[in-house]
Amino acid sequence: MSEEKINNIGYLGVDVGSVSTNLVILDIDNKVVASVYRRTQGQPIQAVQRGLEELKDKLEADINILGVGTTGSARYLTGVIVGADTVKNEITAHAVAASHVAPNVRTVLEIGGQDSKIILLNDGVVVDFAMNTVCAAGTGSFLDHQSARLGIPIDQFGGHALKAKEGAQIAGRCSVFAESDMVHKQQVGYALEEIIFGLCQALVRNYLNNLAKGKDILNPIVFQGGVAANSGMKRAFEEGLNMEIIIPDHFNVMGAIGSALLAKETMMLDDRPTNFKGFDASLIDYKTSSFGCNGCENSCEIIKIQVEDEVLAKWGGRCGKWEVDQIHAQHVYKV
Amino acid sequence: MLVASPRMGHVDILLGDLLERLGIEYMVPPKSSERTLALGSKHAPEFSCLPLKINIGNFIEALENGADTLIMAGGRGPCRFGYYAEVEKRILNEAGYEFEMVVVEPPSMGISKFLGPIKEASGKSSRKIIKALKESFPKAQAYDMLEKYVLQNRCYEVIPGSTTKAYKQAMDVLSNIKSTSEVEGYLREAISVVDEVDKDPSRDVLKIGIIGEFFILLEPFANFDIEEWLGSRGVYLERSVYVTDWIGPAGENPVGGASPSEIAELAKPYLSHAVGGEGLQSVGHTIHYARDGFDGVVHMFPFTCMPETIAKSILPRVARDIHIPIIHFTIDEQTGKAGIATRMEAFLDLLMSKKRARAGN
Repeated sequence: MSEEKINNIGYLGVDVGSVSTNLVILDIDNKVVASVYRRTQGQPIQAVQRGLEELKDKLEADINILGVGTTGSARYLTGVIVGADTVKNEITAHAVAASHVAPNVRTVLEIGGQDSKIILLNDGVVVDFAMNTVCAAGTGSFLDHQSARLGIPIDQFGGHALKAKEGAQIAGRCSVFAESDMVHKQQVGYALEEIIFGLCQALVRNYLNNLAKGKDILNPIVFQGGVAANSGMKRAFEEGLNMEIIIPDHFNVMGAIGSALLAKETMMLDDRPTNFKGFDASLIDYKTSSFGCNGCENSCEIIKIQVEDEVLAKWGGRCGKWEVDQIHAQHVYKV
Repeated sequence: MLVASPRMGHVDILLGDLLERLGIEYMVPPKSSERTLALGSKHAPEFSCLPLKINIGNFIEALENGADTLIMAGGRGPCRFGYYAEVEKRILNEAGYEFEMVVVEPPSMGISKFLGPIKEASGKSSRKIIKALKESFPKAQAYDMLEKYVLQNRCYEVIPGSTTKAYKQAMDVLSNIKSTSEVEGYLREAISVVDEVDKDPSRDVLKIGIIGEFFILLEPFANFDIEEWLGSRGVYLERSVYVTDWIGPAGENPVGGASPSEIAELAKPYLSHAVGGEGLQSVGHTIHYARDGFDGVVHMFPFTCMPETIAKSILPRVARDIHIPIIHFTIDEQTGKAGIATRMEAFLDLLMSKKRARAGN
């Protein structure tokens, strides 16, 4: 992954989602120096800590991190663990990364483990977006689930799908119905390739009919997120849209790349040292606990993160009185 | 007789004031909570909207605390709300609860349907009830005006949470109002309490209009405290719905800023007639906000809400024509705060970069 570089400074981006945890270090020219893609497995703190270790092992020389950004559904927790300089939502992070690899990008298709997004841009500015987390039928988990059922590892899905002639028609509106429809197609004798490609087509149909409904999908189109690894999905999108799809080199860590770019932007604007806690953050024993707040009738559950006796962060209340000021202050939007 | 009503924003304060003037003992049910919603969802039909579920939960918690009479608004038109009082009564009866139900219909359905139930519950004459309403209504409007002021000013606060704290004190100031002649003085005092909050007036803020279904907009539990969330992130807010605009005589000094007829006129190119609930207002207010130079619009409504679903299908065309970004949130008991926060953060980023691009830097 690494390239010969004279300078030894960089920016770290960390994207912790429900399914995968991704870390990236960018050098001063925004090139990827090292990246890690691993499963979160429901343990975001450990995933970040092991990810940091893995990332450090991949580095050929010591690197001086000038800024850190976090994103993904665990962005605030991760921000506390690594010491983030900027914490941003994954929609913005993905848009920033896509317009970095394709500066004139108009459409970003992103499909992750448990959510999918469509982001429309114009002149590098996000003009519209949609994100689906209500139903798993339009996400990577749908394919994951069916691959387990078919007994074909998910990383071999693409190869099979490309061999299909036109794909079997599979109802993709709901993953439960898709499954019974798939079983039916198997029983009437469809070839495996046709079924696998049919599943990709069902997912694409679902995506275009729900998430992308009423949105103008314009060229250039960038397809990213873990599901972009599946070449059957690229084919299904290209055939479904009748347009060309670009898959960036680092398609599966784009959120982390965007986050690192945002960290760089923040640090260029603010003249201050990074909050980065160093790669040794992987050795710290973080404890999380919760308690009920008795401040009012809402009786919120408050989450507390601490190292030994030092409380790093508290959050979870409706009123925000437990939240760490620094995270809050960062989020007053200023023009 | 101990009367209870559903909760919705500060409506309990307004109703409490009116019932006190009528000599009716009133109990405020506990604040809506996860338990309230769980109780409501258990008894309500799955595809009924969130307001019905929270109403039922409020009523159950009120009955548990000793209420014996429930008061509920009626209504008419395509929105299902009009028959919620009746539906709620039956659902609670079937669940084994015993109580009296007072249904107050809007005056537009006949003055006797409006005054009759109040007369029966209070034993007061029509003349006395109208007098109480005339005294209570300006006080209720003062609460709405204070709320509007808070929505416009929270974005400038220097210390997070300070406006919310001051808002609570300012509401206590308003509770002193006994007669109409005192409204102006106490409102000025309440506003000055909010003005004492340390502010940064130089902050260049985003301006957002909030539109949608009235219950979701007025009840912080249902909208995940969206106004406080946005305000504390430096967003100046206007809202299309206020309690007194909703219950008050149509068209007279609306707190929301534009009268129903102005709003209907603005909506006309896209929607020429009422579709129930606030469907028409949602379309009209979007245009109203765009003309006032707002940066964006947030649309919130309950899942399965027909009037707002109609508005939602029309709004993308409005957004394209008049160049105002709109984000939609459909809310039910399955909605999570994290999902809303992520989309809202991204929406603010979108508005911010548009604003920066416009400013040319």
